Amino acid sequence: MTLKHEEIADKLAAVGYVADHDIATALWLMDFLKRPLLLEGEAGVGKTEVGKALAAVHGAELIRLQCYEGLDQNAALYEWNYQRQLLAIKARESIGENADAIEEHIFSETYLLERPLLAAIRRNKPPVLLIDEVDRADEEFEAFLLELLSDFQVSIPELGTIKATAIPRVVLTSNGTRELSDALRRRCLYHYIDFPDVDREAKIILTRVPGIDTALALQIARMVAAVRKEDLRKVPGVAETLDWAATLFGLEMHDLRQEPEAIYETMICLLKTQEDRARVTREVSERLLGKVA
Amino acid sequence: MTGNPQEVRRPHGDPALDTPLRKGERRDSLSAPARRRLAGFGRTLRDNGFRIGLAETRDALAILTSPAAIQPTLLKPALRALFCATHSDWERFDEVFDAFWLGRSMRQRLVLAGMPSAPRAPPRRVAEAHVPQEALGLTDHAERRSDDNAETPADSRGRREGASRTEVLTTTDLRHIVDPDDIAATHALAARLAHIMRVRLVRREQIRKRGRRLDLRRTIHRNISHGGTLLDLAWRRRKSKPVRLVVLLDASGSMNLYTAFFVRFLHGVVDEFREAEAFVFHTRLAHVSPSLRDRDVTRAVEKLSLMAQGIGGGTRIGECLATFNRWHARRVINSRTALMIVSDGYDTGEPNQLGQEMRRLRRRCKRIIWLNPLIGWRDYSPQARGMQAALPYVDLFAPAHNLASLAALEPYLVRIL
Repeated sequence: MTLKHEEIADKLAAVGYVADHDIATALWLMDFLKRPLLLEGEAGVGKTEVGKALAAVHGAELIRLQCYEGLDQNAALYEWNYQRQLLAIKARESIGENADAIEEHIFSETYLLERPLLAAIRRNKPPVLLIDEVDRADEEFEAFLLELLSDFQVSIPELGTIKATAIPRVVLTSNGTRELSDALRRRCLYHYIDFPDVDREAKIILTRVPGIDTALALQIARMVAAVRKEDLRKVPGVAETLDWAATLFGLEMHDLRQEPEAIYETMICLLKTQEDRARVTREVSERLLGKVA
Repeated sequence: MTGNPQEVRRPHGDPALDTPLRKGERRDSLSAPARRRLAGFGRTLRDNGFRIGLAETRDALAILTSPAAIQPTLLKPALRALFCATHSDWERFDEVFDAFWLGRSMRQRLVLAGMPSAPRAPPRRVAEAHVPQEALGLTDHAERRSDDNAETPADSRGRREGASRTEVLTTTDLRHIVDPDDIAATHALAARLAHIMRVRLVRREQIRKRGRRLDLRRTIHRNISHGGTLLDLAWRRRKSKPVRLVVLLDASGSMNLYTAFFVRFLHGVVDEFREAEAFVFHTRLAHVSPSLRDRDVTRAVEKLSLMAQGIGGGTRIGECLATFNRWHARRVINSRTALMIVSDGYDTGEPNQLGQEMRRLRRRCKRIIWLNPLIGWRDYSPQARGMQAALPYVDLFAPAHNLASLAALEPYLVRIL
């Protein structure tokens, strides 16, 4: 079922994802062209959230594969449940079953452990497959992924070829740890997510921290935007903003200007390395505060 | 691709995007002019370094014939998502789009910013079309340089094509490359050099990995079906740590003729090596890999160049190394790390301190490589006190005054890493 473009935008809003126009278009296009979507952007801009929101929009199951260096097909696709196989062999040998029958039995579906990729192509209702940080996986795995994404079928030597029952919606995210292959890039639609602008970030705060007042949310968003402009090692992401907003809300603050000291102290929510902490001193914090509030 | 690329790029006045629907034609067929326009757009993008295949063009056609094409606000983001494959595509797309469909003129920079690895390089052809005698002028340059300074081989005389231009650039001392186009070309070469280094290193790595050992646990698991008789053997591959390259770049006043170029090289290194860290130092040390990573190349390099300009004061190599040892070494250096210091060794700090810190570094790293652009100068010998203090701890002391000398490092890196 393909949703119309406006429907996607509306539904994204309904599930609490504050989307800009372009991402809604990309998500619509994914369905329209049946292509995977590759999301890039700095850490913390909410790439993973897009996958979750997409699942919510379609009311589909979210299947997530977190990539890492050394990720192999056993961890990503399927594995046999060796322990159960062992037990089954013992049990069947003791009742005198012949070897062929045992082999037939232990390499059946019952003993197959589904990993995310296999799970994603065997669902009846198309799920959303989120392949997170694909740049961390090895190049061989990327090649394998490419094959899966074009054919949507896998072959398991003991069972034969398994074809997808429903084509999943695939979202890949990348942080740019490694350059992805051209082939994979061309297979996918591409969207670059930037940090949200002040208005959108304020909206995100309002959606995710219920009860917070609009003026404060706007101040927080402006302050975070100012902090991002500082020369930091780890630029605070949206998650950090939300943590900070929740903290300030918890402290029952209504206006950032009132308590510069508390602002400085709670900035540990935003600054996650010792260097950054040292860089944003009390003075810097007050200067930023003066600018935004 | 035949014909003059300029003709393709010339923006037409008529925004023909929604013509097929405005004319009320059937939605599944696009009028011939509209198809041609779309093909033209694809070609324009290709000329600008986008990688677009048949599948993309077909999908673009599908978008244009879909009901969504009625909404003009949807077309640009949709085509953008379809045609872009990288962040740099993403950043340039809007301008190319506006230029083609809306007739807004593109900034020259964009037209010239071709991808260095693209098989064809129409941007250069355009440049040559504008200034046909440019290539000749360049050879001239090179000859003049070789007169000034006997380092450029005399055989560069008389060659006029792109390839020879590259060749000349690799052997010209970086100090003497002043023409903006040449600088751009040099920078592209530096970036590619990092790529080549990495490709070779990785290949070596994979061959080495083939040494196999039996994986007993998995072998037993796998052979359960044979009742425990080991028929099918599982092999374990040695997991090796990736090679890591840490570069410390001297950006003091005395190095400023070389800094811009090395900054570009640094960007390439950080981009290509999965494990690479970059630092810039003059009177203080700055960790720059984050600003080099996954950003727009031009912006990163500009930002770094600003940082790298320093304050024109001296270099305190010793102190900077101390900072490195104190704050960064633990995180950045592992057993498979090669440390590359790029500096002329003119130290205004205390040579003893430099020696001491070098000794500490020596204990941590697998190899220390010191690249000194001055080695390429005639009659240079490492007399600077700082250089003298550091030399005993350096594994390789090599020149780095031109691209060829940098490329010559690669076999060495392959051997040690």
